[in-house]
Amino acid sequence: MKNWWKILAFLLLLFTVIGGLLIEVPRQVILYETIRNLYFHVPMWFTMIFLFLLSVIYSIKHLSSSNMNHDLIAKQMVNTGVVFGILGLITGSIWAKYTWGTYWTNDIKLNGSAITMLVYFAYLILRSSMDEEQKKGRIAAVYNIFAFVMLIVFIGVLPRMYDSLHPGNGGNPAFNSYDLDSNMRIVFYPAVIGWILLSIWIANLNIRINKLKEKEE
Amino acid sequence: MKYLLVLFLLGINQLSIAQETVEMADAMRADGKIYVVVAVISIILTGLFVYLFTIDRKVSKLEKNN
Repeated sequence: MKNWWKILAFLLLLFTVIGGLLIEVPRQVILYETIRNLYFHVPMWFTMIFLFLLSVIYSIKHLSSSNMNHDLIAKQMVNTGVVFGILGLITGSIWAKYTWGTYWTNDIKLNGSAITMLVYFAYLILRSSMDEEQKKGRIAAVYNIFAFVMLIVFIGVLPRMYDSLHPGNGGNPAFNSYDLDSNMRIVFYPAVIGWILLSIWIANLNIRINKLKEKEE
Repeated sequence: MKYLLVLFLLGINQLSIAQETVEMADAMRADGKIYVVVAVISIILTGLFVYLFTIDRKVSKLEKNN
C-alpha cells in the first residue's frame, strides 16, 4: 500500500472540515466564528513555505549534482507552492475584510507575504526566459536560494520587528499561546499535515506529468 | 352536514398539529444548520480526492506505457 499517505491526507482534511466546523472554539469579539479560518488560511502559508523549502533543497542538490531531475522537482515545488500562496493571500484578504474592515492594509506581514510571492513569480518568469537547459537549471537554482533567503526575511524576520495587525504582532508572526488554545491545536496540527500531504501529492503529479512530456519530446 | 363539519374540524385540527410539529429532520437543523455545511464541504472534499486519485491512476498508466 504505497498510497497510504494520500489516504491519510484525505482523512486528515476530512477531520479538519468536520472538527474545524464543529469543535468548540474560544469566544472572542470581532473574530467570532471566523476564528475557524485558522484551520484553512494559516495551513496555506505553512504548506507554501514547506514546498519552497523542499524546492531550495532540490536546487542546492541540483547545483552539486547537475541532475536535471532535481531541477524539475525544484521547479514544480515552486509551481505548486505559488498556488497555495495565492490561496493564502485571497483567504487572508477576505478574513481581513470582515475583521479589520478592509481587504488590504499596508501591514508589514501582508506586504511581506505579497513581496515573497512576487519574488517567486520572478523565479518562474526567469526560468521561462531561458532556453538552454543546463544554464537554465543552474541560474534558476542560484536564484532560488536568494528567493528563499528573501522569504525568511520577509515572512520570518521583518514581521517580528514591527507592530502588526496580524495575530502575534511585534513578536511571533503567527500565533502564541493566547491565540491558539488546546482545543484548536487538536484540529490545527492535523490540518497543517493534511494540507502539506495534499500539496506534495499535487506537486508529485506535476513532476510525473512533466517527465512524461519530456520523454515525448 | 354533521359529518362534513366533523371532517372539517378534524382537518383544521390536523393542520394545527402539523404546524406545531413542522420541525422534522432535526439532526440536520441543529445549531443553525451547520451540519449541512459540514456535509456539503465533506462531499466536495471527497469528490476532489476521488478526482485526484483518478488523475494519479491515469498518469501511472501513461508511465507504464512509456
